Amino acid sequence: MPVILDARGLCKTFGAVTAAAEVSAAIEKDSVVGLIGTNGAGKTTFINMITGYIKPDKGAIEYEGRDITSLPPRDITRLGICRSFQIPQLYPSLTVHENMMVGLGIVLRNARRAGFFHRREGDVPGYGKPAHEVADHLLERFGLADYSNRNAQVLPGGARKLLDIALTMVAKPRILLLDEPTSGVSAQEKFGIMQMVLDAVRAEGATVLFVEHDMEVVSRFAQRVLAFYDGRIIADAPPQAALADENVRRYVSGGHASQESH
Amino acid sequence: MRRERTTLLAGVILAVLLVGGPFLPQWAMFIVTIAFAQGLVALGLMLLLRAGLVSFGQALYYCLGAYAAGALGRFVGVADIFLQMVAGALAAGATAFVLGFLLAKYRGIFFGLLSLALSMILYGLLVKNEALGSTDGFNILPSTLFGIRPGPDKLRYVVMASAAIVSFVLALVVNRYLRTPLGRLAPAIKDNEIRVEYMGASARYAVHVKYVIAAVLAGVGGALAATTVGHIDPDMAFWTTSGEFIFITILAGTGNVIAPFAGALIYGAIRTTAYDLSPNTWQLSLGTALLLIIVFLPEGLWSLFKRHARNP
Repeated sequence: MPVILDARGLCKTFGAVTAAAEVSAAIEKDSVVGLIGTNGAGKTTFINMITGYIKPDKGAIEYEGRDITSLPPRDITRLGICRSFQIPQLYPSLTVHENMMVGLGIVLRNARRAGFFHRREGDVPGYGKPAHEVADHLLERFGLADYSNRNAQVLPGGARKLLDIALTMVAKPRILLLDEPTSGVSAQEKFGIMQMVLDAVRAEGATVLFVEHDMEVVSRFAQRVLAFYDGRIIADAPPQAALADENVRRYVSGGHASQESH
Repeated sequence: MRRERTTLLAGVILAVLLVGGPFLPQWAMFIVTIAFAQGLVALGLMLLLRAGLVSFGQALYYCLGAYAAGALGRFVGVADIFLQMVAGALAAGATAFVLGFLLAKYRGIFFGLLSLALSMILYGLLVKNEALGSTDGFNILPSTLFGIRPGPDKLRYVVMASAAIVSFVLALVVNRYLRTPLGRLAPAIKDNEIRVEYMGASARYAVHVKYVIAAVLAGVGGALAATTVGHIDPDMAFWTTSGEFIFITILAGTGNVIAPFAGALIYGAIRTTAYDLSPNTWQLSLGTALLLIIVFLPEGLWSLFKRHARNP
């Protein structure tokens, strides 16, 4: 598989804290990669650097051969790298459907298919359908159709997570970064949500990187695991091998168990 | 209310005013014209308010529009009412385009107070400027229309009809803008700017555009007010003038592009009546009216016309 995203030698320090130390990873197209590590290990920093929220002190990020290291988040989004958030970032005063329509409007505008001088809105790029239909299609796919006219503010936790991810799908991302897609979701819901998300994402065709603390979820859904510790990648392997790695057991899954206990 | 119904309602109001206008008494024409002028400013404020931004300094553009219209007559000798409005729009729009680079970075109280400060700078400059009449301001030439000077008995009607037509067009332009992706972004910017950026849009750009549109509307409103009153002075830039516009916007609500004009008319009526009934305590009546609106109709008077809540 060709490499779609290539991070090379990323370094980032916040004062005395090293959030990334020579982090390098080449992500293959259409792969599903799980990022694991204790809190503060550098997973979210890695995602934040890819999506342009923070700029690495050193190193470069290439997306399909193009250097995206210094681009702002909106430009990176326009190129096809979208992200969801650990705490869902929604438009709480709008309905679920309106949330989707805002996103689709941005996509249409960026594609110059809608605006003041357009007689009618064009079809959404990548979907070939009008915005309303794409919104309904995605809400259906993420199991949110019943919530369509509800305000985003009053959604249950799992639905908020799903809407956050559905919002990233409007731009038809080539790469999707999911920051803890199952955090704050009940243990029973976790697998269902991940399954639904990955089914939806695969149907639309995207490479996925997801941050996850639950090792069962990781081993079931990831094809490859990047284990972070202290701003470094200490293991990069398929899930079984990575989770069996001695360093990972000591610093990640072990640390995770003790963290869960308090 | 759907767009077609808004267009239809606006069209009916325009037709009624154009046809029935000549039968209105002069004072009523004056009040209606001023309501159009102030309604235009409130329409711009509504755009900003939808994005969660309250400008305490819209008088800056109102006053700039008025002085641009006045200067056109004073220094160029042109008093065509449409050219006056164009001059007001250009002066306000160009200024807002430049200041927008600064203001679009700020939100909340910082945006509000910075806009207020800028309007007070203009006030200060005008007060010190002898050529523009200092605190006294100056008189505006009576309006002409495409080179024709209407007779004194016709002038009020000509100005009112022009105001109605221009307001109609601008309201429909804004109505269309509200349906574009950039226009629809307003509540999203108010709710969650991070998400807006991560969906590929620039919130700052969107705010800048809204700020310029609001200024152009205020500039046209200022030019209209100038030619209606026949006199301009620096008080048009004073912060209490901005306060009036916010009052109207809150009174009207942000639900529809016709609302700001209705709000301005009602504001004018309350103010005139209150002043008539008790010249010393009219502010008290205005304050009470605003208080009642905020408590009982937090979404403004327009919410009375909404038949269904969005989330039953």
